[in-house]
Amino acid sequence: MLDAENLNRILNALVAIVVGSGGVIALFYAMNALVAALPFKGKSRLLPWVYISPALVILVAYLVLPTIWTVYISFFDRRSEDFVGLDNYIFAFTDASMLVAFRNNLLWLVLVTGVSVALGLVIAVLVDKVKYEAFAKGLIFMPMAISFVGASVIWRFVYAYTPPEFEQIGLLNAILVQVGFEPIGWLVNKSVNNFALIAIMIWLQTGFCMVLLSSAVKGIPGDVLEAARMDGANELQIFWRITIPMIRSTITVVATTVVVLVLKVFDIVFVMTAGRLDTDVIASRMIKEMFNSRDFGRGSAIAVILLIAVIPVMAANIRRFRQQEVSR
Amino acid sequence: MKFNWCVRIFLGISLLGLTACESTDDPNKKTVTILGVVVGEQQDKLEAALVPFEEKTGIEVEYEGTDAFATLLPVRVEAGDAPDVAMFPQPGLMQDFAKSGKLIPVTNFMEPSALEAAYPEDWLNLATVDDKPYGVWYRASVKSLVWYNPEAFAAKGYEIPNNWTELIALSDKIVADGETPWCLGMESGDATGWVGSDWVEDIMLRTAGPETYDQWVSHDIPFDAPPVKAAFEKFGEIVRNPKYISGGAVSVISTPFGDSPKGLFNDPPRCYLHRQANFVSSFFGDDVIPGENVDVFPFPEIDAKNGLPILVAGDVFGMFNDTPEAQALMEYLATPEPHVIWAKSGGFISPHKEVPLEAYPDDVAKKQAEILANAEAIRFDGSDLMPGAVGTGSFWSGIVDYVNGAQVDAVVSKIESSWPK
Repeated sequence: MLDAENLNRILNALVAIVVGSGGVIALFYAMNALVAALPFKGKSRLLPWVYISPALVILVAYLVLPTIWTVYISFFDRRSEDFVGLDNYIFAFTDASMLVAFRNNLLWLVLVTGVSVALGLVIAVLVDKVKYEAFAKGLIFMPMAISFVGASVIWRFVYAYTPPEFEQIGLLNAILVQVGFEPIGWLVNKSVNNFALIAIMIWLQTGFCMVLLSSAVKGIPGDVLEAARMDGANELQIFWRITIPMIRSTITVVATTVVVLVLKVFDIVFVMTAGRLDTDVIASRMIKEMFNSRDFGRGSAIAVILLIAVIPVMAANIRRFRQQEVSR
Repeated sequence: MKFNWCVRIFLGISLLGLTACESTDDPNKKTVTILGVVVGEQQDKLEAALVPFEEKTGIEVEYEGTDAFATLLPVRVEAGDAPDVAMFPQPGLMQDFAKSGKLIPVTNFMEPSALEAAYPEDWLNLATVDDKPYGVWYRASVKSLVWYNPEAFAAKGYEIPNNWTELIALSDKIVADGETPWCLGMESGDATGWVGSDWVEDIMLRTAGPETYDQWVSHDIPFDAPPVKAAFEKFGEIVRNPKYISGGAVSVISTPFGDSPKGLFNDPPRCYLHRQANFVSSFFGDDVIPGENVDVFPFPEIDAKNGLPILVAGDVFGMFNDTPEAQALMEYLATPEPHVIWAKSGGFISPHKEVPLEAYPDDVAKKQAEILANAEAIRFDGSDLMPGAVGTGSFWSGIVDYVNGAQVDAVVSKIESSWPK
């Protein structure tokens, strides 16, 4: 409906966009003019700082300050009133449900990173040799475009359970029943539920790994491979002795990216099981402590742990980038 | 160069615009803002019930419904942007705000006698902090109901049970007939488990009595006390018996709570009994006619000395901003008028004493209102009153673990250990 009120809103939005973006351009324009008019030398060194200052201000306000604040309140009680020292961290490393979350995160890290990188690499190498390469890669890459929540909704139907005497609406259980087995509660059975969730992330990430690794595989000079074949190496030997060593740096980058992503995983667990029946991960525990229990101290402590866990991976990644820059 | 000047002027105006933002609210318009949990079809009914107020007073009501109420409201109050009036889905959060002095006591502008005339004592107590009433109740949810299909019952010659022994005897009889007695589904996304906590609370009220129930909810007795364990085990008699529920525990945890009662209306029925609050009727299909192929009876008594207490939940209005408009709205909400309007449109039970049974559109709704009015004791949903870490956290996940086969001792002591100190 386009009544007066809605029309007013649309106009407001348009004005906001024009004034907002125009204003930003004007801001830079004015700053530029201001710096140019300054009477001293070294203006060229000042200018970049002027340009990045708005971004810097926003970064400090929305990233640096909240991080420092989170670390600060992680030493306080649930209402952020009394100082409790390391209590929240002791809780995080001793509470039974936290230990389960750590175990699960480890499982996620090993399986998602291992399987999706390995699978991505194998597909990249195999697909390199076929005619319908673009089509196959597109198909495998497609899940990458789906959000975690969207993917979880799709997989809920794959894992759906109904009692054995009724028609199965879940894909996996329908297959099981066809073959003559009992349906399984994929998300309820404690021996499979974690793997069922991990499979979703592997499905999502394999395409990403494949695309990056595929371009690395294509970057291997043809004469190297030719020389190996001349020397009588078979395809398996080429894969292990030439392909993998030559794209090792890409593998590391892809793997670390997946590691960081896995450490942050939350949506899949939240949508599929909400952490029930031992499927919690660190990030979902954080949300629960923060918003279900409204315990800001514990929630912040878990967030800090998560942050610290990501740092070494990021550092390794950055160092590798630097090395590459040097060797180039 | 001409173009350049245009751009410069435009950018200059934009820069001015960036720094100048003004509000366009008309200060003379009389409005009252409400933040509530009611959304969708029910929101239309709620707004319809407020129309006579707007017409009579000329005050415009701006209702905003959200399903993230418990997260949004504290944020808005902290930010100094509280709604004039909030419709709390449980009294716990309202009591928190009352204790911190953010809410206005209703008796600041209303006679206590008006409230006492409108609501039963149990309800008033729930909305009272330090002897001051803060809330005006609006919507009641009657939880102690067992749904059944009278046609299916008649076909098999089953009779409505009057106590737990008869209930179990009926269940066994249905099993002996080669059928499944209960429909039970607890899947509810992030909130999975609430169906089970309602069961345990209802049983707890009947086995241990309302006084012990109060002690349990306020943590005067620990969560792993014997009466609580006994209530879990009584629940287990039904939920952990795979003969009673098709698919057993896996099915209970995997089936969405809104889908589970549908088995009552299959031909032949997939089940014969379903314990759930009054609102579950909104999940029934169009071919389900109240009184014809669906009816309710109260969840039966277990121990005669505790009689038939009723477990409830409900929505209560509390006032943040002391404006004449908000006061007028609160006064209006305590009159029967908005209650009757919503009751007539269906899907609503009122705790208001002056709402006549004739206001309800069908016999099943009338029966529910009667069960509520005749209750020997009324107790509010315990998980809503416990601290969030337990009420919406470990209690729910503990229920899921218990249904899945965990030892009762381990479950209750784990919940007890999560109670915030």
